[in-house]
Amino acid sequence: MVNLPDEVGDPTKGMTSIVKTIVRFVLGIVIMFGAYIVLYGHLTPGGGFAGGVILACGYITLTLAFGRELALRKMGDTAASILDNSGALAFLVIGFLGFTGGYFFLNFIDHGQTFRLFSAGIIPLCNIAIAFKVTSSLFAIFMALSIFGRFMSRLVEEEE
Amino acid sequence: MELLLLIILIFMIVGSIIAIETKNLLSAVISVGVVGFCLSIAFLILGAPDIAITQVVVEILILVILIRATITTDNTAIERHWDTFSFISSLIFFGLFLVFAWLAVQELPRFGEPLLRVSSDYLETGPEKSGATNIVTGILLDFRAYDTIGEATVLFTSIVGAFVILRRRGRKHRKDMDREKVGILQDEDIKKDFRGF
Repeated sequence: MVNLPDEVGDPTKGMTSIVKTIVRFVLGIVIMFGAYIVLYGHLTPGGGFAGGVILACGYITLTLAFGRELALRKMGDTAASILDNSGALAFLVIGFLGFTGGYFFLNFIDHGQTFRLFSAGIIPLCNIAIAFKVTSSLFAIFMALSIFGRFMSRLVEEEE
Repeated sequence: MELLLLIILIFMIVGSIIAIETKNLLSAVISVGVVGFCLSIAFLILGAPDIAITQVVVEILILVILIRATITTDNTAIERHWDTFSFISSLIFFGLFLVFAWLAVQELPRFGEPLLRVSSDYLETGPEKSGATNIVTGILLDFRAYDTIGEATVLFTSIVGAFVILRRRGRKHRKDMDREKVGILQDEDIKKDFRGF
């Protein structure tokens, strides 16, 4: 069961308490499954993109059930864009590190034993970088389509 | 197995026709979702679990975004009027399309016998060369990593574009003179534009 702060129990925000309780139970499982899909992407079906979309779906569930204020507190648009850019940069840096052995995107780490979690060289690292990028960018798109212009303007005024 | 695939394909075509023809926007979005889930089942039947997982998850995300972000606007009913000329001309062009599609399909290589030999080479040597037992990920992130970085660039560019277009106001504080000059909306205008959330 996911621990969420008490003020999110405010019945005026988000959906009914049935939905909120079920989301509390399900959200941890969703995020764990997304992390599993990402980390085992080189062994079982899945990978960075699919796992990243599952993680973004977890955040969107949180937004739909508990209202947008809590979701923006968990990951605001600044944090989302920073995560997005750092994921893309990490992917590019892994590619450029291949020049240490010869060419772009060379698999320069030892392959290790197949069917182990720590194997396949740079592929799990690339999966993790892509997952960060996809999670933050898809959640940012959801926020941009449903929140910007209605809620962000209020936030900007609070900062001012 | 091919019979099951045919049934699913026909169901998908019917769903997409309903999605185009229905007048209610919510029904159209649900029909698009039906088509997407059938597509993921088709991928499963064809033996591609990677693509099936991605298709299911992306379909859920797109449905949520479409229902949450698109349906809230007012234009849920679409007016149509019957036009004989456009109906007849579209029938004629659809017949021409069927004829040429039939001619083109005759020339395609048979199902399961691709022309390019590089895929079978990937299948044989993929696990030992890349070290990944999931060959799809091995091809995506090792043999064809250039394609993956292109895909990441496309995603990045589209999200930056969406942020720039959808953000109604810059982050920095601006004076009212500047707001009037550039035409940035005030809070009252925003409230007029969006009734509720």
